Amino acid sequence: METKNNWRAWLYLAPMLFLMAVFTFYPLFNAFVISVYRDYLPLANEGAGTISGYTLSNYSVIFNNQLFWQAVLNTFVLAFVSVPVSIIISLFISVGLKSIPKLKGFFQSIFFLPYVTNSIAVGMAFAVMFHRNHGLFNAILSWFGISAIDWIGGTATWWAQMGALMIFTIWESLAFKILVFTSGLQNIDKQYYDAARIDAASKWTIFKRITVPLLSPLIMYISITSLIGALKAYNSVIGLFGERLGGQPYSMITIVAFVYKYRSDFAFQGYYSYAAAGAIILFFITLLFSAMQTMVAKRRVHY
Amino acid sequence: MEIKMVNLTKIFTAKDKKEVHAVDHVDLTIPSGKLIGLLGPSGCGKSTTLYLIAGLLRQNEGHIYFEDDEVSEMPPEKRGIGLVFQNYALYPHMTVRENILFPLQNLKVEKDEAKARTLEMAELVGLQEMLDRKPKELSGGQQQRVAIARALVKRPRVLLLDEPLSNLDARLRLQTREEIKRIQRETGITTVFVTHDQEEAMSISDEIVVMKDGVIQQMGAPQAVYDKPNNLFVAKFLGNPQINVFDGEIRNKKVYVNNMAIASTKLADQKVKVGIRPEGFTVDNDKTSDFKFEINLVETIGRDTTLIIDIPGEEGGLLDKHSFKVIVDASHKIDSGQTVHFNVRPEKLHLFDLNGELLK
Ligand SMILES: Nc1ncnc2c1ncn2[C@@H]1O[C@H](COP(=O)(O)OP(=O)(O)OP(=O)(O)O)[C@@H](O)[C@H]1O
Ligand SMILES: [Mg+2]
Repeated sequence: METKNNWRAWLYLAPMLFLMAVFTFYPLFNAFVISVYRDYLPLANEGAGTISGYTLSNYSVIFNNQLFWQAVLNTFVLAFVSVPVSIIISLFISVGLKSIPKLKGFFQSIFFLPYVTNSIAVGMAFAVMFHRNHGLFNAILSWFGISAIDWIGGTATWWAQMGALMIFTIWESLAFKILVFTSGLQNIDKQYYDAARIDAASKWTIFKRITVPLLSPLIMYISITSLIGALKAYNSVIGLFGERLGGQPYSMITIVAFVYKYRSDFAFQGYYSYAAAGAIILFFITLLFSAMQTMVAKRRVHY
Repeated sequence: MEIKMVNLTKIFTAKDKKEVHAVDHVDLTIPSGKLIGLLGPSGCGKSTTLYLIAGLLRQNEGHIYFEDDEVSEMPPEKRGIGLVFQNYALYPHMTVRENILFPLQNLKVEKDEAKARTLEMAELVGLQEMLDRKPKELSGGQQQRVAIARALVKRPRVLLLDEPLSNLDARLRLQTREEIKRIQRETGITTVFVTHDQEEAMSISDEIVVMKDGVIQQMGAPQAVYDKPNNLFVAKFLGNPQINVFDGEIRNKKVYVNNMAIASTKLADQKVKVGIRPEGFTVDNDKTSDFKFEINLVETIGRDTTLIIDIPGEEGGLLDKHSFKVIVDASHKIDSGQTVHFNVRPEKLHLFDLNGELLK
């Protein structure tokens, strides 16, 4: 039965496999090949398409590049803080929404708005809110007697810029998580909550020992996908800081932004290969983290 | 711990604004230390009653007392009850040990004592070998025992069981119900056991409460209720095979079914419903009695012979059925096709008015 229908399975898979081959595997392979070209100039230039051999030195050039390490640092800080924080916040909001069934629909739409809004546009709105003199954030801080902070301007510290980027990123990523968690919560059998009340569990205990463990497969899923997403951060930086990529040029550069910068400077010999090498490194970083999380998930998500 | 319900009412409003009186002005006192079977057809309000006692639902009207302690407005965690849910609701991500420990941790019981009590409970329900398993690694019967252990470990004032055996197969059911009986005896805890299976309720309970449409029909010792049903509903609900109900008539102190005189009575002349338990017939070997039927089918199982008697159409006056069952001793040699004369045991005969109320 199984072997007999094998060709059928391949037939059904064929369109998808074809598309993946063309648009995923080939570009990936190609990026890897480009990343080992020596002195490569892409097609759009004079003397286009020529290379003078193969080399791994593109990677060492990147590893010796100060900007690359800035990009790695920014990306990691952003990803490893914003993902857990946004998961925790969205969990609380989802659980909160559950206890106000009448207003739930209304708030759900509100929380979902960021998801359907363009992130460059939202970034511009946030840029205004983070403005030193006219921004909402500083206005709020001033109520508490805190003097104006330069969040995203030329005199902004790295911490202020990262803070602004973090707030923006978290806010933007809440929508989808809330959506997933609220539907996840709906699928938890109400009897567990009844049982927990009979067992004299406090609200906090119920959250910690019933809700979170029962949602853990979803939490795992969300944390893997968001971490991968966050490692690829780019839109948010452009949205908030514009093409300067920071209060000072490149101060908020991310790995993808780094790749993009070298890709755009393809007029210089070999730069295209640096971009490809950066992309390959990012690929392996994401691969590593998703593999690690899958392994953790196997151990921790267990029912 | 005596549980007293006074005028207890719970009304659900469905989406279409229709009101369901799931529990309707119930006055019920559950005596301390007894195992009470709450019995009724599906949807009659058994679970609702249980959840009201537990505090998971709030009554629209009425009061609940545990002894002299009014608990009507108390949240469930303060009431000190143990509840076993219809499908157990064991926490799937916790081991058996963690499941049983959970209520103790919430009640801030000291660690060593909590451990000791968990072990003690596991022993009581015979699960000491399985403490480190997850619920899904247990059989239905074992899960059910974990649920009981979890309910009992906090030493509740009252144990409530919502159809705890409905998910088990027949053999396990018998075994587990004995187990519940034993645990209840050993702990002496006031227990309410909900079921729609009359045989289960009869065999396990000190007293049964029969419910219909949110209203209590009758309460009493199982045999007493069986022997003296207050109304037709109770008479029909208890007993397997079901009681046989005929349209009948009283004329001159005699009860007639299909113009056959079957018994004498002191009641006045009127139309009645005549209930006769299947075991209430005796074979009249002299063939002098008026009450006779042609036998359709004979089934002998062990000590008993079941005679199945078909009555065509309305003629026999049999209520909402076309055939009825009679159980007689297997020593009678009866073949199908034969006509048999019966006498009726007076204590197995119940007369109801046309509304189904017992005539006295
Ligand atoms: N949350 C609810 N909303 C509306 N109606 C409800 C609700 N819960 C129960 N009911 C109704 O109340 C009545 C009693 O329900 P209940 O669950 O107490 O029945 P039950 O005797 O436990 O039945 P079963 O043997 O099927 O479990 C039913 O008619 C049911 O439809
Ligand atoms: Mg029920």
